[in-house]
Amino acid sequence: MTLLEVKELLRADSYTECDLSNCEVKAACGADLLSDVLAFTKEQVLLLTGLVHPQVIRTAEMLDLAGIVFVRGKVPSPEMIELAEKKEIPILSTSYPMFKSCGLLYASGVDGDICD
Amino acid sequence: MTEGKSEITPIELFFEIERGDFVRAGEASSKIKKKLLRLGFTGSTIRCAAIATYEAEMNIVIHSLGGSLKVKIYPEKVVLVAKDEGPGIPDVALAMKEGFSTAPEQVREMGFGAGMGLPNMRNCADEFEIESREDVGTTVTMVLYKGG
Repeated sequence: MTLLEVKELLRADSYTECDLSNCEVKAACGADLLSDVLAFTKEQVLLLTGLVHPQVIRTAEMLDLAGIVFVRGKVPSPEMIELAEKKEIPILSTSYPMFKSCGLLYASGVDGDICD
Repeated sequence: MTEGKSEITPIELFFEIERGDFVRAGEASSKIKKKLLRLGFTGSTIRCAAIATYEAEMNIVIHSLGGSLKVKIYPEKVVLVAKDEGPGIPDVALAMKEGFSTAPEQVREMGFGAGMGLPNMRNCADEFEIESREDVGTTVTMVLYKGG
């Protein structure tokens, strides 16, 4: 599934200039604990989170994540968008809650196997 | 620990890390990651170095009075030294256990402070050493071998 398909499935808004149709997502994880994400997540995973601060972008950069979806209607700040653009991390925001977002992705074939 | 045994002069990077700077935290790790990429290191080594330095940066920002990240890049390995001044760690063995944390509530609300930082750094490194003195500070030295 591409990030463009993720955007449509979750009825999400995109906040970065990335070409979402070129970003492939094979696995995703839902987490509000960045410590776990840093410890257990392999590269090219899509992160769904309710945390909204610049360190979410930094975490995605270090792990080479495929992108970030902010759930529960959380909207990234201008400084986060600027940082994400600079680091070329696609960011989306959906009004759907975490469980529904993860469920929709999983039912559409996105894997939950995120560990190396 | 094999720091400094290679006869080749390494490329050195040095970054000062400020206490409580949650906006810039991660910038040093980002620069280290880019440098390793330009020098031809492989994906897994770069990723492990990025995670290890980022965890170290966050630890300095969260727990210390300030510190630094020093990186020595050799053709076959990367030596990372995270040094801080501050309260130190009274019980290093306890601090190395997954789940043990002394992080304040503000940090936990950001999704950090789950007691995974030091264990994750150890897991990312091929060699790991930690020295800490109470009321002085902590030094973590990590070595990552190319393709290791």
